Amino acid sequence: MLIARIVGELTATQKHASHEGLKLLLVQPLNLDGTDRGDAVVAVDAVDAGVGDKVLLATEGFSAMTSVGRPNSPIDMAVIGFIDHIELVQGVD
Amino acid sequence: MYLGRVVGSVWCTVKNPDMTGCRMLVVQPLTPELTNTGKQLICTDTMGAGAGEIVYWVRGKEASFPFLPAEPPLDTTIVGIVDRVHVKRTVEAPAEGALVETPKPAAPVHRKRSRKD
Repeated sequence: MLIARIVGELTATQKHASHEGLKLLLVQPLNLDGTDRGDAVVAVDAVDAGVGDKVLLATEGFSAMTSVGRPNSPIDMAVIGFIDHIELVQGVD
Repeated sequence: MYLGRVVGSVWCTVKNPDMTGCRMLVVQPLTPELTNTGKQLICTDTMGAGAGEIVYWVRGKEASFPFLPAEPPLDTTIVGIVDRVHVKRTVEAPAEGALVETPKPAAPVHRKRSRKD
């Protein structure tokens, strides 16, 4: 799972039938210091997240599919939680 | 899933029998601002996407799910054609003197038909 921020939304009319009714979000994975980590990805929304939210991003198929209750659906990324707070213990490398 | 633009297609006559009938397209990954990022790759197509269209594609074992119950050996598949991208994020001002490329909207694709068609 990754820390990420939602940067946008995406609409698609023609899509796989199992994606119908799901919200598609543009999500930018983040480093711990809040800088961008690689390129933004498209993820389905399992928690009703919106633009600007800091979220937990599942980046593996099984967890992403089960989070939206669509097994055997071509989904590999899902927003599965909101991040309230991250605490790093000092001195532990 | 990832954003991309279809930039070409691939023909492949000899291939795994499970892949018979699969269209294969060359896809350029995009940022949310629709600028190119990374290298082009080949995706199978389940949506009937055409050149110039913005799509989203899936990577991994999930790429073969649209073909169930067949299990072709695929790892990237286009699963949707994007109508609209709505991005709300601030882009950092580039350093002075840096080369700046402003993202251009996708050029409309006009398919010319010859009289033979």
